[in-house]
Amino acid sequence: MSLVRMSAAIEPAAQPKQKAGKSVLTRWRGPALGLILPLILAVGWELAVRAGFSNGRLVPPPSVIYATFSELARTGELQRHAAATLARVLAGFGIGVIVGTLLGAITGYSLLVRRFIDPSLQALRAIPSIAWVPLFILWLGIFEASKVTLIAVGVFFPVYLGVMGAVMSVDRKIVEVGRAFRLSGVKMVRRILLPAVLPAYVIALRSGLGLGWMFVVAAEFMGASEGLGFLLVDGQQLGKPAQIVAAIVAFAVIGKITDWLIVGITAPFLRWEDRFKSPAAEG
Amino acid sequence: MLTLEGVGKTYANGVHALDAVNLSVGPGEIVAIVGGSGCGKSTLLRAISGLDTPSQGRVMLDGEKVTKPHEKIGIIFQEPRLLPWLTVAGNVGFGLEDRPKAERDARVVEALTRVGLSEKADMWPRELSGGQAQRVAIARALVPRPEVLLLDEPFSALDAFTRVDLQDHLLGLWADTRPILVLVTHDVDEAVVLADRIMVMRPRPGRIFDEIAADLPRPRERQSSAFDRVRRHVMAALDRSLKPVAKSDANEAAAFWW
Ligand SMILES: Nc1ncnc2c1ncn2[C@@H]1O[C@H](COP(=O)(O)OP(=O)(O)O)[C@@H](O)[C@H]1O
Ligand SMILES: [Mg+2]
Repeated sequence: MSLVRMSAAIEPAAQPKQKAGKSVLTRWRGPALGLILPLILAVGWELAVRAGFSNGRLVPPPSVIYATFSELARTGELQRHAAATLARVLAGFGIGVIVGTLLGAITGYSLLVRRFIDPSLQALRAIPSIAWVPLFILWLGIFEASKVTLIAVGVFFPVYLGVMGAVMSVDRKIVEVGRAFRLSGVKMVRRILLPAVLPAYVIALRSGLGLGWMFVVAAEFMGASEGLGFLLVDGQQLGKPAQIVAAIVAFAVIGKITDWLIVGITAPFLRWEDRFKSPAAEG
Repeated sequence: MLTLEGVGKTYANGVHALDAVNLSVGPGEIVAIVGGSGCGKSTLLRAISGLDTPSQGRVMLDGEKVTKPHEKIGIIFQEPRLLPWLTVAGNVGFGLEDRPKAERDARVVEALTRVGLSEKADMWPRELSGGQAQRVAIARALVPRPEVLLLDEPFSALDAFTRVDLQDHLLGLWADTRPILVLVTHDVDEAVVLADRIMVMRPRPGRIFDEIAADLPRPRERQSSAFDRVRRHVMAALDRSLKPVAKSDANEAAAFWW
């Protein structure tokens, strides 16, 4: 017994130090490597245009994109369009997440319900969601309702599948621990099931959000007077490639920020599995 | 007082896993159940724990019928089954959710100290070794102060050194409050070290084949001749339990054939 005590006393002190010292170095090396190629391309293209090898009309150089971007931001246009798009994504994401979570949880929990509704949902999932656009426009008109619905449909499926899979794969042995401590109903859900499905749920939310951003573009292509998607179409029709790229950059930045928000908000609840996740999150 | 009255179990798939087991365990008694793989040891333990309901007979604790997990009955499984999202302290305090925080914290600290893991309180289960994790599981089961503690091959996944260490640990903890221990094991030494009474089971259907008293003084000396005598006794019973009932007849028939 004293042997076990001794080894137990030595272990914890050594571990955290090593972790912290290493992470500062390795943490930035990966991302920095990834930046080299885009930087070379951007600088190369800028120099090529400046040197007169290309007029840069179809593929604007970084300086022109930056100028367009700041002009859009200065006039407040960018903010207005970004806000419109963000509002659509959030509305569609909210609806898709709520419905997907509820249906996913019920079908994951109950074999009967799963047999009853999952085949239909899987059949619907096989339809490319953009194919719904004409129907949604007929049913809901060309304004916000049809757009938000399309986004919600896009968000729904990954969330539904993720939650159903997570609930179905909760470890029976862990549930049994809950039973042995006489948990049932709400307490079983709160103390065992919810924490058990949370990691998979966060992944489902993130892929749902990714699809939400994808579908908002499709939705705004089908006719919108504002939104980043409108900037894209407008840039194409008026022959302003710099505006298109500026809108794409805005999409990338806002999309990444919303993804970070999900990760950041849920991170405190997932600390217990961070060691397992960190290599994947880096890439 | 824990009593099993004709406890039998037939699973939904028709497997007759357990047949009319009668057993009576007095306060503070340690009973070991040994037997070959598949002879219904886990089935029996799960019936006592209330996690499964027996098909026949009943389990009584202090005159009360056990039909579902009971607050006076704790269970330790072969794997630690710690909840990975709770710290070590959170796991130990899992069964004390309804107590005031101050009391819960005090009892968790006490239990962790008792199993020699107080400095691991804020660690995650994944940061523990197998033996440490199982000690946390023992603390978690004991902290609500059960009257009956069930253990299903609790140390079988551990190396021999850790196993012996945990056996001593378990005895130390048992001495604190002296609950009934019902321990399933396939390690005869473990049974002889821990138990007052050793039940040998035989399979198909599972039932109690023999009962051996291990009335050695504690602490028990694993090298003593008395220990060895009980061990041989159990081994012999196990041997017989694994032989088919009709073995002798079959032998005679075979002899005749030749
Ligand atoms: N959930 C179950 N459903 C059907 N049969 C089972 C189940 N659990 C165990 N059995 C069967 O019951 C018998 C006894 O199993 P078990 O109690 O686990 O044995 P032991 O713990 O002694 O190895 C075995 O034949 C096993 O296959
Ligand atoms: Mg077993």
